[in-house]
Amino acid sequence: MEAAVLTDRFPRTQVLPSQDMPTYQVAGEDLLETVRFLRDAQGFDLLADLCGIDWKDRTPRFGVVIHLLSTTHKEYVRLHVGAVHDTVPSVSSLHPGANWHEREAFDMFGIRFDGHPDPRRILMWDAYPYHPLRKDFPLAGIEVPLPAADVAEVTGQTVEPAPMMGGPFVSPGGKMSEGEPSALDQSWNEEKPKA
Amino acid sequence: MVKSDFGYNSKIEGEVIVTRADAVVNWVRSNSVWPMPMGLACCAIELMGAGGSRFDISRFGMEVMRFSPRQADCMIVAGTVTYKMAEVVRRIYDQMAEPKWVVAMGACASSGGMYRSYATLQGVDNIVPVDIYISGCPPRPEALLDGMMLLQEKIRQEGGSLKRTFRGRTVETKIVR
Repeated sequence: MEAAVLTDRFPRTQVLPSQDMPTYQVAGEDLLETVRFLRDAQGFDLLADLCGIDWKDRTPRFGVVIHLLSTTHKEYVRLHVGAVHDTVPSVSSLHPGANWHEREAFDMFGIRFDGHPDPRRILMWDAYPYHPLRKDFPLAGIEVPLPAADVAEVTGQTVEPAPMMGGPFVSPGGKMSEGEPSALDQSWNEEKPKA
Repeated sequence: MVKSDFGYNSKIEGEVIVTRADAVVNWVRSNSVWPMPMGLACCAIELMGAGGSRFDISRFGMEVMRFSPRQADCMIVAGTVTYKMAEVVRRIYDQMAEPKWVVAMGACASSGGMYRSYATLQGVDNIVPVDIYISGCPPRPEALLDGMMLLQEKIRQEGGSLKRTFRGRTVETKIVR
């Protein structure tokens, strides 16, 4: 598919630089029509992937990336949509496979999908207050109560930040080639046999 | 059964064995542990391997895997326990009838393993009492069998087998002669 096919039909669409497949920046208002056009007129009939991106210092901060595959032309196309006000139109009415992908993007990034039939979390539990794949969320987690109040009462357990340091495998930092995670105890290893 | 649990001298006793009720009860329990396979990740594959003919967990009287907690004695937590699943694990544990035991199989169930993240419970002993920890990622079936034999040993050494807890209170079963 030539880039002009898309950019002529949707003037707000821009071509983005890409290493592998044709990539377009699509305006949120055009997204549904673009995906419908690609599906019905250009043969991009399979939604291969849909995921969120946290750009951290861009505006809008979040984006959604959609990979479409044409099973007849054996071609991929990638669409990027900026999430203005953290909201993107849902494409699950066109590609039912997008349903759970969009729920995951909502769960992990807090991107809302307009028109989604079932906008719930999918990986974390419903009452979880954070979106863990955002760049400002610590990998170890933030302390919150357990999902079930009765279990929390019996066990006295909370969702606590997981200990990163002092674990069995710790990355020493520095250069990547030297920063391979390794056991803390280096008194014997491949080079030095055990005394 | 430990030798000292018997008082048996064939010349004096004839065909009568003298022992303690605890020893008999523990012997019976230890040889028919009905496991509840709480399979949550790859450890469950090794658990299945232990159930197959090559490793044959039925040599130890444990082949009766029950998928209903009401019929099981021993919950084998095989795999990564996420916080979302922790609630379910605890509920299933609560549904098991006393006496009951828990085996934490593998690194994840024992300590969270390599998953030091916002989503993973750092050891199933945070929510249920664990009797046996088995190391490995995942442990081989031999390691599981070794752990289960340790559990049998533990069951055989339990004192006061006829004392059971019921809704948090200790209840003593009376022996009617």
